[in-house]
This record gives sequence, structure tokens and C-alpha cells, in this order.
Amino acid sequence: MPRINSPAELEELRKGILSKRDPNKPCITLCSGTACHASGSEEVAASIEEEIKKQGLSGKVDFRKTGCHGFCEKGPIIVIHPEKICYLQIEPKDIPEIISQTIKEEKVIERLLYTDPTTNEKVVHESEIPFYKNQERLVFGSNGEIDPTSIDDYLALGGYSALAKALSQMTPEQVLEEVKKSNLRGRGGGGFPAGRKWEECRNAPGDMKYVIVNADEGDPGAYMDRSLLEGNPHSVLEGLIIGAYAIGSHEGYIYVRQEYPLAVENVGTAIEQAKEHGFLGENIFGSGFDFTVKVHRGAGAFVSGESSALMTAIEGRVGEPRPKYIHTAIKGVRDRPSCLNNVETWATVPLIINKGADWFAQLGTQGSKGTKIFSLVGKVNNTGLVEVPMGITLRDIIYKIGGGIPGDKKFKAVQTGGPSGGCIPEEQLDMKVDFDELAKAGSMMGSGGMIVMDEDTCMVDVARYFLDFLSDESCGKCVPCREGIRQMLKILTNISKGEGKEGDIELLEELSQVTRDASLCALGRTAANPVLSTIHYFRDEYEAHIKEKRCPAYVCKALISYYIDPEKCQACMICLRQCPAGAISGGKNQIHVIDQEKCTKCGTCFEACPPRFGAVKKISGEPVPSPIPEEARMIARKSKENE
Amino acid sequence: MKEEKEVKTATTSNGKIDQIIDKYQGDSSALIQVLLEIQSENRWLPKEALDKVSKKLEVPLNQIQHVATFYKAFSLVPRGRHEIQVCMGTACHIRGSPRVLDRVQDLTGIRPGETDLDLKFSLETVNCLGCCAMGPVMVVDGKYHGKTVPAQVDEVLKNYD
Amino acid sequence: MSEITLQIDGREVKAEEGMTILEAAQSAGIFIPTLCHHEKLEPYGACRICTVEIEARGRTNLVAACLYPIEQNLVVRTRSERVDKTRKVLLELMLAHAPDAAELQDLAQEYGANKARFEKESSFCILCGLCVRYCAEVKKKNAIGFVDRGTRREVIFIPEIASKECEDCKECFPLCPTEALQATYLLTKALMSPSSPSASESE
Repeated sequence: MPRINSPAELEELRKGILSKRDPNKPCITLCSGTACHASGSEEVAASIEEEIKKQGLSGKVDFRKTGCHGFCEKGPIIVIHPEKICYLQIEPKDIPEIISQTIKEEKVIERLLYTDPTTNEKVVHESEIPFYKNQERLVFGSNGEIDPTSIDDYLALGGYSALAKALSQMTPEQVLEEVKKSNLRGRGGGGFPAGRKWEECRNAPGDMKYVIVNADEGDPGAYMDRSLLEGNPHSVLEGLIIGAYAIGSHEGYIYVRQEYPLAVENVGTAIEQAKEHGFLGENIFGSGFDFTVKVHRGAGAFVSGESSALMTAIEGRVGEPRPKYIHTAIKGVRDRPSCLNNVETWATVPLIINKGADWFAQLGTQGSKGTKIFSLVGKVNNTGLVEVPMGITLRDIIYKIGGGIPGDKKFKAVQTGGPSGGCIPEEQLDMKVDFDELAKAGSMMGSGGMIVMDEDTCMVDVARYFLDFLSDESCGKCVPCREGIRQMLKILTNISKGEGKEGDIELLEELSQVTRDASLCALGRTAANPVLSTIHYFRDEYEAHIKEKRCPAYVCKALISYYIDPEKCQACMICLRQCPAGAISGGKNQIHVIDQEKCTKCGTCFEACPPRFGAVKKISGEPVPSPIPEEARMIARKSKENE
Repeated sequence: MKEEKEVKTATTSNGKIDQIIDKYQGDSSALIQVLLEIQSENRWLPKEALDKVSKKLEVPLNQIQHVATFYKAFSLVPRGRHEIQVCMGTACHIRGSPRVLDRVQDLTGIRPGETDLDLKFSLETVNCLGCCAMGPVMVVDGKYHGKTVPAQVDEVLKNYD
Repeated sequence: MSEITLQIDGREVKAEEGMTILEAAQSAGIFIPTLCHHEKLEPYGACRICTVEIEARGRTNLVAACLYPIEQNLVVRTRSERVDKTRKVLLELMLAHAPDAAELQDLAQEYGANKARFEKESSFCILCGLCVRYCAEVKKKNAIGFVDRGTRREVIFIPEIASKECEDCKECFPLCPTEALQATYLLTKALMSPSSPSASESE
């Protein structure tokens, strides 16, 4: 790979790459992010390669394994270029037909297209699928076009032109000003203005400064950063180098969770490629600016994603947070000025440099500019990663893009901000999503996890779940966090077991106050948010658990029982056979009865009972009816003539 | 008997472990990276390895001990032949992963973080694998099982010896 | 090192730049309670008993006095409804571990903390870290350290170092506010190899 010594040489290289690419040549792209791997994209890939050979098309059809497309519910996803025909949920057995019909004969295969659930219309092009149509995929969009292990793909789309522009046409101060003007706020959770942080770091005393990519994405349910780092690592790298130039840093770190092996691998490859081209190293683009970067892997601790903890981990010590009365931008890694930003934040920088701060500031709201990538998951039809302009309503995200709640269930709440966030109920669905609005509602933007919950979700259980998570993930150093969470978890566990008492809610609120006021770091300070927001919006659920020993959503195991309605049971034996505890008695024409002593509340019978019978019920807050006497359990089948 | 087996595991891999540690000689800030490599190579961190790391990287043993117990990636005891991971991320949780976990615990007899006495299965919970569309997710030896229900667990685990 | 003027409990205090609120208060004879703080050790900020209320740049906040660097015109309140409430609950949380610890008793009385508010926890240790930090920073032996994290965090001795160093040292023992340390040491001794002379002493 040739070393590029100037912006002009970069453009030459780019022209060369593009000249070898025929935009009309058929190309199959297959989403190969980790989620699609899990759905079987590797087998599909093997099938494609084999079939291309088999049907004699080697060299006539390109095949590209790309990063995550975002529509994870429907993966693996294939897009056929240049027409941009989009096929969903592809299995290896579909491939021969795709090659022979769509590639060879340019015929669209209807059954593989997206079907609109209400109109039943088929949609051919990816961009017209409602899931994508309502998004603004500025940062994430390139994922579908590039093979993350190919720097040429990134260059073909204009990659590294922002870096060339910054280094050759702008001074570091000008780059800084541009980012400040854009009002880009950190995408990792804090929402702190990136430009201000850069400036603070730039002005901090000291010659050695560090820039850091925080790819320790730990919020359960959020995987945007992973998909971005796996699918378009160069965009993050380019943003990082630009930032380093603006700040005056020559050394960077990319801290990646070890749970993301593909991201670690792809970012490592990207770094090697960038080095070969001279985008990393000495005298980048002949500007005199030097910069190197190292990958540092995490080892499985949520708290180490907190900026000061992450820096401590980079030093090789236990990744516990430090007091940030003096900002890490002034004293960070090895007490040197360190500017840490999230993956998505860095990836947005090249766009701002290329298109300008004014363009960026046009999108979004007054306080929150640009777009944000959310991971829309949980009880929602179109699970996946969505990028939308700030200011879009929650309703639009969940219904227009997300396709609403599956199974005709009722929406209950959407949880944002991970363990530091809160649950937002139906009355707030028309909220315009941005940093400040979410905070006002008692939640926060966080890294972008958006978990949709329906009527079958117990909000007390949700609070308990988050506290359980935090009790394991807290570093445990300070009393308010460690002990506060310990006691709050105890109370919530008791409540969910039917052992809650009067005064528990008030005690939770009191402990929340102390945890919030006195904790050393943001994990502790925000630990009470899930508890407080669920008490605020769903107090009736707490009271039902405490006063009536009833779980309104039928979730808390100790408070529910499974019961087979003898009026509805058709003795089909399906639940009886599937029960892992052998707790169901009955026979072919004998009504099934659950032995409550043996029942482990796994819910298998509930899932297994055919919907047309619907005989298994969940009961809470009232005693289980005694089983009907044995004699009454025989079903008299109507003879065929009487029907 | 088991002790002998454990000691053997430590000494036969010692060559590889030495190689890993030598790469980072004197660089105390590489502690976590070194331990990750040893864990990956050896599937656990024997005491002898930690002593060596302490000497070569010039890091006090109590710090290494804290790091090795603080981070989930590390195991101070041998892990089983098959690693089961059940995702407990929020999306999987509300789709019912706790019930899946209960079933796995019942069948294997171990709780998260433990390995069974035959060194067959090790069980871990993970907080979000990023496959939320397929939740609840269970991974066994790197193979993903999506939309898992308790009844499926028996079927899946039966295949491993 | 320039001089900084700040206000603590209504009094004007002059102190050096670089000092913490705790240091500045102590220099002016103003008392702020502490538990995990020790003059020979780096401030740690774990117990949070030294939490005080500050006003800076128009905002009120609670911060740890042992760590917060003083700034010009800072306003500090070492007691207030919010501060007292915080200290009371922190004490109650610690008393759940060590209800009879002398240091905690005195503070409990001052702040009206109820030692029976929370169910008794199994460990006496409140993880102030004095033992670990003293051995690391002053003795430089690192014979004792932290393990694990979150609610499972604990302090344990490193047997091979402790067996060599501790019997003749024990300088950290008087630092422990709850005597959990002494108990841990006895347990460690008992678990060490039977051939080690210290373990053969009957206790």
C-alpha cells in the first residue's frame, strides 16, 4: 500500500480506486456484524461464495461482507447493487435462487422482500423500508457500503479527506473552533460539549497529551458503538486523528471491551492499514503532525468505562473511578491532560470537518445538534440500530421506525440511559428526544440504549434488575454506592418476593438521595435513577407488590402461580410433555392440573398452550383455585356427528 | 488427584506463559493486557503465572490479585471444557432470560461464575452481547442460540460432553 | 503557591492553593469528621463522611472535603440539613456492618444515626482501606489488598507476604476502625501452612 504524503496524493489514490470500480457491476453485500453472525451470516457468506463459482459468475459479481446494517430483527440482510434490492432474513438455501434469478436475470424475488405489516405491500429498496426511511443515517449509513477490513472501501467513499483538509487547510485552533461551533455533545452518556472538552485539554499545561476512544460500551442493551467500530473503524480513527491535531496530542488509545473480539480485530486491521498509508505515524500528509495509537482491551468491568476509571485501567491498575474535581482533560492518564470521547462522537468529527459546523448545527434541536444512533430493542417489532436527528419524538422512533409493539401488546414504558437512566411512560411519548428533554423526564440519553417495555414487564422487577447489575458492577470503593445499592437491592428483592413492607418506598427514596449526593462517581450518583423513575411513574405497581402481594404484570415468580383453567383445557398433552419439572398431571382426555408444589414457574406451559385454547393462566395476588376433583377431569369428547 | 492435574496444566503451558510475560517485561501498565493473553492461552490464571507476572512486570502481588478478581474475564481456577454464557442484558431480561438461566442452573448444578466438578461446564452471565433482536440469547462454546426458552436448554446442553 | 481566600461556616479562611477543603479547615481549626483519612496517606474518598456542602460558580453541591481542591471565593458549609442527613445515613449503612465500633458510635450519637436501622451484615469491614493503603504507601510491603468489586469487595492478606512481615509489624492494626482487620489476620494465620511457626500458636 503506497504511503500518502500529501492531500493531492490521497486524491490520486482515491481516483485510482474508483477508476477500478464499475458502479454498474453487480455486487452482493451481506451484513456481517456480530448480530448477523449469530443469525447465521457466515453460513450465508459461504453459500454465496460457493454459488457464485458454481453458476460460473466468478469475477462478474462482487461480494462484499459489510458491517452492521442496523435492521437486526431481519438479519441476515443482503443488498444487491447497483439496484439496491434488499432481501431480508436470508438463509443459505435462498442463495442459489438469488444468484440465478436476481443476479443473472435481474428478477426480484418477492418472498425475500420486506412486507409492510399493515398494507402487506412489498418494498424493494432498502431506503424505502419504513425502518430506514425515517432515519437520518449520517454516521452509520456507510456501514452497509464498506467491508470494514478494506481501507479501499472507506477511501472510495471519501475517507480521510476530512483529515487531509484539517491538516493542510486548517490550523489546530480552526479545527477546534469548528467542533465548538457545531455544538457536538458527547455521545457516550454525559452529553458534555466535545469542543469545550477539547479546548480544556488543549489549554491544559503539559506537553504530553492523550486522546482516547471509549469503546467500553457497557450499558446492557446498547450496541451502537460495537457496530460502528466493527463496521467502520476508519471513521473513528479519522475522527480521533483530527481531534488529536486540534488538541495537540500525539498519542492515542482505543479502549475496547474484550467482549467485542470482532471490533478489536477490525480496529487493529484498520490501524495497520492506516499506518501503511501514512495516515498514522510521522508527518501525516506532510503536515509535520505525528500521531500513533494503541489498542487497549478491557477485561470485563462496566465501571471501567467511566472516563477516570478507564484511564486508570490504561495505566494497568484496577479500573476504579477517581474523583473528578480536577477534570481528566487536565489530569488524566498518568496525570497528563487526556481527552476522552465516545466512539460515536469521534466518528461524527470527519463529517463536521467535511461539511462544516453550520451544516451539522442545522440538524437537531437547540440544545442537542446532529443525529444520534440508538439501539432500539426489547418489546418492539423492528429491533435494531437506528440513527435519527435529535428532536424526533419517542413515538416516531418506537412506532414509525420500530413498527410498534409485537403481539398487539400495550406499550408500557421505554427505558433509556442504561443503568443510569430511567423509564419513560406512555404520557411522555411525544417528547422530542434530546439530552435535556430526557433529563427533564427523569431519565437521560446515556449511550443510546432504548429498551421498549410492554404490559408484561414488571417495573419493580426492572428496578431490581438494574440494581442487581450495579451491585455487581460497582467498584465498591465508596460507602454510599456500595452500601446504598446493597440495601436498595435488598428492599427491592424483598418487595418482589412479597416481603415488602410499609415504608419501603420512602426508605428507597431516602437511600436514593444519599447515593446521589455522596457517591464518588457517576455510577453511584445515578444508580438510583431506575428506582426513582419507576417509583415516580409506576408507584401503583410498587404498592400492589407491597400491600397486596400482587405483581400486576405477572412477572415476579414468588408472587405468581400458573393455573390451567379446567373450562378451557382440551387435554392436548402439549404442556404436560414439555413441563421440565414434571409438574403437570393428566392424560389424553383428562384435564391437566399443575402441582403447585413442583411448579418452578418457568412459564413453559404458558408458552406451549395453543393460542386457540389459551387454557394456562397466570394468577397473582389471589389464591390458586383448588384442583377440581379427579372424577370431574374426564373430557367428554363430542362425537363427530354432533359437530 | 485433581491437584496434580491442576499443577500439570500450569507447568506444561509455562513456556507459552513465559513468552507472553517476556514481551511486556518491565511495563507495569501492560498488566491487564498480559493477564488477558495468559487467560486466553491457558483458560485460567495459575498462581505461578501471577507470581511470575509480579516479578517481571514489577507490580506488587496484591495489585495483581485485585485486578485478577476485579475483572470478569479472569478465572483463578480452571474453566470447564464448555463455556455457557447467558445474556442478561436488559432486552434479554424482559424477554425472559432469567427463566433460561434458572433452567441452565438446574441442569448443570452450577451458578454463574462457577465450573462444575467434572470441569465440563463453566457458566457465566454476560451483560449484552448486542444480539438483542434474537433475545434471549445463550452462547455455548461460541455458538449462538437465539430466542431461547427454558424447554430448549435441555436439548442444547445434551449435545456437549 | 498563591494564597486563596475562602469561606467555611461563615468564617473567612486563608489557605494555600493546592490544599483541600479538609486541609484548609484543619488549618483554621474547623472540624470535619473523617474515617478513611490519615495524615500519612494519600486522601482516599471512600467513607464520604467528610462530605460538605459547597457553593461555587452559582451552584450548590456536595463534595468530599478530603479531596476537593479549594478555589478562590469558595463557600463551604461543614454542617447543613443536607450534610447532616447524608452523614446520618452513611453511618447507618456502616453500622450495619460494625454496630459496636467505637469511632462509629461517637459519630452516630452526633448525627442521630440508628445502628439497628439496617439488618446486620456479615462482614465487620467497612472498606475504609486504611490497612491496605498504609501497608502500600508507608511500609511498602503490600502484604494486604483488595479483592473483587461491588458488594463483594473485601480485604485479604497475601499469605506468603503476611507470614513474613506481619507478625513483627502490625502497625496497621490500630488504624482499623472496626477491628475487622485483627479478625481477618487471625483467620489468615489459622489458614496458613501448619508448618509455619506463627500458625502453631494457639489462639
